[in-house]
Amino acid sequence: MTAAVGTPARTKARGPRIARALKPLAFTLLLAPALWLTYAVITDQLDGDIVKILEIETGTYALRCLALTLLLTPLRQLTGWAWLAMYRRMLGLFVFFYATVHMLVYVGLDLELRFGEIWTSIVKRPYITIGMLSWLILVPLAVTSPTGVARRLGGAQWKRLHQLTYVVAVTATTHYLWAVKKDTFWPLVYFAIFAALLLVRVARSRKAVRAAYRG
Amino acid sequence: MLIRRNRIEPPSSEITPEAEYLNRREFLGMVGSIGAITATGALAEAVIGGGAQPVGAQQADEVTDEEKVTSYNNYYEFGTDKEDPKANSQRFRTRPWTVKIEGMAKKTGDMPLDDLLRPSRVEDRTYRFRCVEAWSAVIPWRGIPLADVIRRAEPLPSARYVEMTTLFDPAQMPGQRSATINWPYTEGLRLDEALHPLAFLATGMYGKTLPNQNGAPLRLVVPWKYGFKNIKAIVKLRFTDRQPTSTWMLAAADEYGFYANVNPTVDHPRWTQARERRLGDILRKPTLLFNGYGQVASLYSGMDLRRNY
Repeated sequence: MTAAVGTPARTKARGPRIARALKPLAFTLLLAPALWLTYAVITDQLDGDIVKILEIETGTYALRCLALTLLLTPLRQLTGWAWLAMYRRMLGLFVFFYATVHMLVYVGLDLELRFGEIWTSIVKRPYITIGMLSWLILVPLAVTSPTGVARRLGGAQWKRLHQLTYVVAVTATTHYLWAVKKDTFWPLVYFAIFAALLLVRVARSRKAVRAAYRG
Repeated sequence: MLIRRNRIEPPSSEITPEAEYLNRREFLGMVGSIGAITATGALAEAVIGGGAQPVGAQQADEVTDEEKVTSYNNYYEFGTDKEDPKANSQRFRTRPWTVKIEGMAKKTGDMPLDDLLRPSRVEDRTYRFRCVEAWSAVIPWRGIPLADVIRRAEPLPSARYVEMTTLFDPAQMPGQRSATINWPYTEGLRLDEALHPLAFLATGMYGKTLPNQNGAPLRLVVPWKYGFKNIKAIVKLRFTDRQPTSTWMLAAADEYGFYANVNPTVDHPRWTQARERRLGDILRKPTLLFNGYGQVASLYSGMDLRRNY
């Protein structure tokens, strides 16, 4: 109690410091699933259709990271923890990392780099078409993530470009929905999460617009 | 030419050489005598005392790790994830078990499972198993020919199909509490398919009693068809003159047909069926027409296998 009233300057500084100190830990945690999967493959611990398991796991981690990324800003606005923004780029890049591994496992291990088959599946199978599209959208987002590139692009431009994250949320979840057989529970859960996050975002920007007009 | 003969299809005579096979039987016999404690006496005796039986597997086929076959299952009654059936089926009660024989047959009625099995000699058969999802395995089953059970029911001349049904018991089968697919799971075979010597009713595998997650106490094994035809925990056989509608036909008719014969030239809408991946492998191997069991081809002569997928 006394700290909150008495030393505002110190509490203000502590958040970002701890957040920065914990960044390597967060990085390790986010990378851990990939390390575990690599280890499990090498030591033959994945019981079943190995490549399928890799596809499901990497795809799910990409979606989880995406949900976390999109959760970050509303959470920051809700709590006022400005330091949360520090994790945004790392999380976003982990989305790209898991999505890339996911795509490469499909193309490289599942289709074994048979180019005819890769092409056929992109053209003939809607869930692959939209999956590839999702990955392609992520590429410019990942490329424009270094500070230097972002600065050269300009704040407004960068922001507009990165709103594509919401498009990816929709296309990637659709990919998931179309890829499963009958067990649509988790794809629908992700749809609900992304819809809720998008609603929060829209509601806030409307409020901001109204406030701007009033001002 | 409607049925294309695959050049890599093994001739029907290509079975495991007897010597090798006998070795395996010795091994299975050993395992079987351990299993005998749990299996009913009649089953175990028949297994140990039995002679050589044809084995449908190719020489190059290695039996898949038991651990993999019992940990990676499609059995929606116990959950949609591959690891769910093993996790959720351990307390499933497989005794007492009754199979209802119904429809166009002379000997209809309720049959306790042991009575259904007792007149037949138990056999060990190693078959390739090909899931419609393009993974596969080689599994040593134990059980009896389906034809035995069918013949004992004495189907009427009008009967052309046999429909099979899985137990419906949401209290024991948590997956049945949600409407992922139509319950109870239903499958069917044309009567001549069901009478084919390869068609098998399994009560065991790897020399032991069938694990619950693999369809205990009684499951169908039709190795030339995709895995989903191999209905588990069977409680009913119904003889009929109309082609039964299977659960997966109801769920997605464009993806899963009545015949569901393994066919590398007919793709699933979401993936190719040209190649398959053995559980535990990373690289794929070519898929064979009828899963390599060319001896069933005559059942489908004159049929368009592309339309009757």
